[in-house]
Amino acid sequence: MVHVKPGDLVRVVTKSGIILEGVVLPSTEFTSRGFIVLKLSNGYNIGVSLDDAKVDVLVENYLKLAPSEGPQGTTVIRGDGNMRIAFVSTGGTIVSKVEYETGAVKPALSAGDLIEFVPELKEIAAELVVSDFMRKLSENMTPKDWCEISGEVGKYLASGADGVIVAHGTDTMAYTAAALAFSLRGLGNPVIMVGAQRSSDRPSTDALYNLRACPLIIREAPFAEVVVAMHGSSDDQYVLVHRGVRVRKMHSSRRDAFQSINDLPLAKVYIQERKFKLVNRNYIPRSRNVDLVVMNRFSDKVSLIKFYPGMDCEIIDYLVDRGYRGIIVEGTGLGHIRDECIESVRRATELGVIVAMSTQTVFGRVDLNVYTTGRKLLKAGVVPLDDMLAEVAFVKLSWLLGNYPDEEPSEIASKLVTNLVNEIGGTQSFELFPRWYHGD
Amino acid sequence: MEIDYKGIGLKVGLEIHQQLDSRSKLFCGCPTKLAPEDSKYYEVVRYMWLTKSELGELDPAAAYEVSKGRKIVYRVPEGHACLVELDEEPPHDVNRESLVIALAIANALNAQPVDEVYFMRKIVVDGSNTSGFQRTAIIALGGYVEDEEGVVRIQTIALEEDAARKVDEGPGYVIYNLDRLGIPLIEISTAPDIVSPDQALRVAYKIGLIMRLSGRVKRGIGTIRQDLNISIAGGERIEIKGVDKLELIPKVVKYEVMRQLSLLKIRDELHKRGLRPEDVPETFVDVTDTLKDSKSRIVRASLEKGMRVYALPLPGFKGVLAVEVSPGRRFGTELSDYAKAWGGVGGIIHSDELPAYGISESEVLQIYNRLGLDGGRDAFILIISDFEKAERAFKAVIERLKYAFIGVPRETRGANPDGTTRYLRPQPGAARMYPETDIRPVRIDESILMEVRKIYIPKPEEILKILIEGHGLSHDLASQLIRDPLLHLYLDLVEELKGVTSPQIIASTLVATMKSLKREGVNVDKVDYEALREIFEAVGKGRIAKEAIPDVIKAIASGTSVDKALDSFKSLSVEEVEKIVDEVITSNIDTIRTRGPEKSVSLVMGKVMSLVRGRADGAIVNTIVRKKLAELSKQGGP
Repeated sequence: MVHVKPGDLVRVVTKSGIILEGVVLPSTEFTSRGFIVLKLSNGYNIGVSLDDAKVDVLVENYLKLAPSEGPQGTTVIRGDGNMRIAFVSTGGTIVSKVEYETGAVKPALSAGDLIEFVPELKEIAAELVVSDFMRKLSENMTPKDWCEISGEVGKYLASGADGVIVAHGTDTMAYTAAALAFSLRGLGNPVIMVGAQRSSDRPSTDALYNLRACPLIIREAPFAEVVVAMHGSSDDQYVLVHRGVRVRKMHSSRRDAFQSINDLPLAKVYIQERKFKLVNRNYIPRSRNVDLVVMNRFSDKVSLIKFYPGMDCEIIDYLVDRGYRGIIVEGTGLGHIRDECIESVRRATELGVIVAMSTQTVFGRVDLNVYTTGRKLLKAGVVPLDDMLAEVAFVKLSWLLGNYPDEEPSEIASKLVTNLVNEIGGTQSFELFPRWYHGD
Repeated sequence: MEIDYKGIGLKVGLEIHQQLDSRSKLFCGCPTKLAPEDSKYYEVVRYMWLTKSELGELDPAAAYEVSKGRKIVYRVPEGHACLVELDEEPPHDVNRESLVIALAIANALNAQPVDEVYFMRKIVVDGSNTSGFQRTAIIALGGYVEDEEGVVRIQTIALEEDAARKVDEGPGYVIYNLDRLGIPLIEISTAPDIVSPDQALRVAYKIGLIMRLSGRVKRGIGTIRQDLNISIAGGERIEIKGVDKLELIPKVVKYEVMRQLSLLKIRDELHKRGLRPEDVPETFVDVTDTLKDSKSRIVRASLEKGMRVYALPLPGFKGVLAVEVSPGRRFGTELSDYAKAWGGVGGIIHSDELPAYGISESEVLQIYNRLGLDGGRDAFILIISDFEKAERAFKAVIERLKYAFIGVPRETRGANPDGTTRYLRPQPGAARMYPETDIRPVRIDESILMEVRKIYIPKPEEILKILIEGHGLSHDLASQLIRDPLLHLYLDLVEELKGVTSPQIIASTLVATMKSLKREGVNVDKVDYEALREIFEAVGKGRIAKEAIPDVIKAIASGTSVDKALDSFKSLSVEEVEKIVDEVITSNIDTIRTRGPEKSVSLVMGKVMSLVRGRADGAIVNTIVRKKLAELSKQGGP
């Protein structure tokens, strides 16, 4: 059999006698063994079994298949405005593009593409720094990546940026947002995390809309917080600006997956009308008179576990024995785990491991005073997390343990429930719980 | 005009799209039925993002709208579209039933399935697909259709998703209903092997027949669509979209050939006159002053709205714009299409058609003078609009005029109901196809092929047997029917009126009655499917006699409503017939007596039948006449 490789132009006579000419494409996770994928001259791809087929290579390396490349560093673009803006790309759907010739996914949005996508950037910015910093899908992010992204963002803020845009995959974007919110101490300007649920090579991409909100936020926002800017509804109508420590991805695929939990979004941005509308008056104001301190160390010895009926209590023991220093538990309802596990919790806290309780109901506060189990947990040393999101508590505890390595567990626990960037202790007003569709 | 199609090198290719009758859509579990008109729906507003290179796929007017950021409103009817159609959820695995049906049809067309099916994304930017692309995959290759004028090869058979249904469109917006989006379509593309208009019809008919014989495709308006590619030697390959009636195909082919031949003649004429492309001026002139006192209603209404009259002088062009390119369409009409498409203006007015539209002879002269032209030799084109639209319209018209020196421009055209075509847009380059990375490829393995073999599609030859043995048609009638595209209509009607009306009545009406009425000059085209269905139903239920069918058709053809036509030929009751028979006997009693009642049956029958004029079944009349005459004979007479 002739050896064919991706990029070759071949002629195949199939076992049923059909003659095909096309370019061999790289195989994917789905390609069956003994099959090649051919791109025909009409643009269609088909899979061809090489069993009993006759293959001739017409032109070797007919199509150049470039190897995937790493991040390309920074580009500086001059604009017509007066602001200094940095755009830090870390990867994800928002910067993903499929090459139609090869089908390869390229996780990079070039500076040129960005300017074509978002004309407002050139209008508003005097200087735009585009940093092709990382090319990671967000499920692959680790606390070490939070540290690097925080350092990169801090670099631009320290050198006077009026705002920084961070493009990020959506799956763990809320975690990174929280990580930046805690690590950028003394923030004077907004940092905007932005993503997309539909990649930017689609005419229907939501990336464009979400991105176009960013320069408007940098120009108009009165707040200096780390925020997430994503679609507010399924329509291309407005982008919501969520506080980074109060936002959660609430749907696996919809454009409006990101929603503020136990809090009101900070603002709405109407793209067609180019209008910025503040909706939440409780925010940290912008200021020139603060000094940025980047505290970007994160402990990787914190775990986030979800309690389930009948959970093996040894899971807690295991984490303690493996040297974990903090455990955030997503308990049931007001913050419960089963009675039998309370002993393991007590052992953990006695050994200096911080065990803190959030709720898997997502909405609402934990309260360990109401039921016996709760009171027993309190007695065993559990820290109740009030209305803080479990993911945010996880990031905060990682950050505390990373940056205050010498402090006693009791001091860390006290910091954990002390409000820093509006992540804990809001007023739970009636309308903050969404109204679902009930068939009427 | 008699055309030697072989001599001019006619080549036609067909692209046939047919909706499949699967239970679910191609990439989700939604039903494949359109939503009822009164369905509750949500609306979602979107905009499409387009790179410049992809704008070429659009109608010029739509491209202009999209480049300005056209608002797209999607109606989401409850129960007929889900997050998949809304582009809010990735497509599910390909619907296996659809794939099996498509492969069964491919098999009946002698095509070979591909080993593994890969879906592609074909960029579509008018908003008719929420994602901005249509998902499409080649499922089979090869194949052919046999025909008396030669075998026609099939190049590809694809399985793809239907687009959303356009509900409304206006400046700056378009509204689509999502119920149709995602319904599976099979697309069959033939090679350009077709050499005559009649062959195009036969091949389209045969492919359509094979699909319907599968019993697994949708029937009715909008479920099948034919596109044609037509070229002649020295002309150009023209794409014609949206031929939705089979019978129109030969006309479309013929008219397109006429159009291309005429355009080539125009080219020769221009060269003969010694004209060159450079003689077409690049600029147009404001001639509003020459028409400011015009009595023309169009001119006056437009000027009142603040529009201006702009003119393009065309030295040496006299008569060229009046050349007929297809029935009822002149070269001027072709130019007008361009002005409409690119400029969004109402059209053009040209000197070869003037005086007309209330523009007087002396005004025409004034314009000639104003432009410094000679009325006996030159021509001009007027556009009445604002400057910006006129500029875009004239730019397109000037380019088109320059192309007249080369011949036939490469266009995508749309079919008109009369078989002529109009300009839609320039032909796009090869469509950009991206791999659909969200859908797993499907290996066509033995388990799928086993399901495919379970769908039995009779060969067109076998249909004769079905018609004779199953429907009880005579051999003669059945063989006439299978050669006729009316077979589709027949099968639809038989299916719908199963147990109500006998297939023989339907067949003989379609094959014999309709044709002879047409020869008599009756406009049978006015009698549509619905009307025919009602007529046959009325026959089946005894509301009218089958003898009344020709009269009912005539009445409907001349404008009577179906209901009224059926009423006026309502069957007579037995009592009514008896009364008429009695009257006829009474008024002819002397003759009957003379001949003897037994020998007067045909005399009485004739007179009665001419009186009931199709309102009674002849067999019933005959029984009554015989009965009455027998009574008379017994009585021995008054």
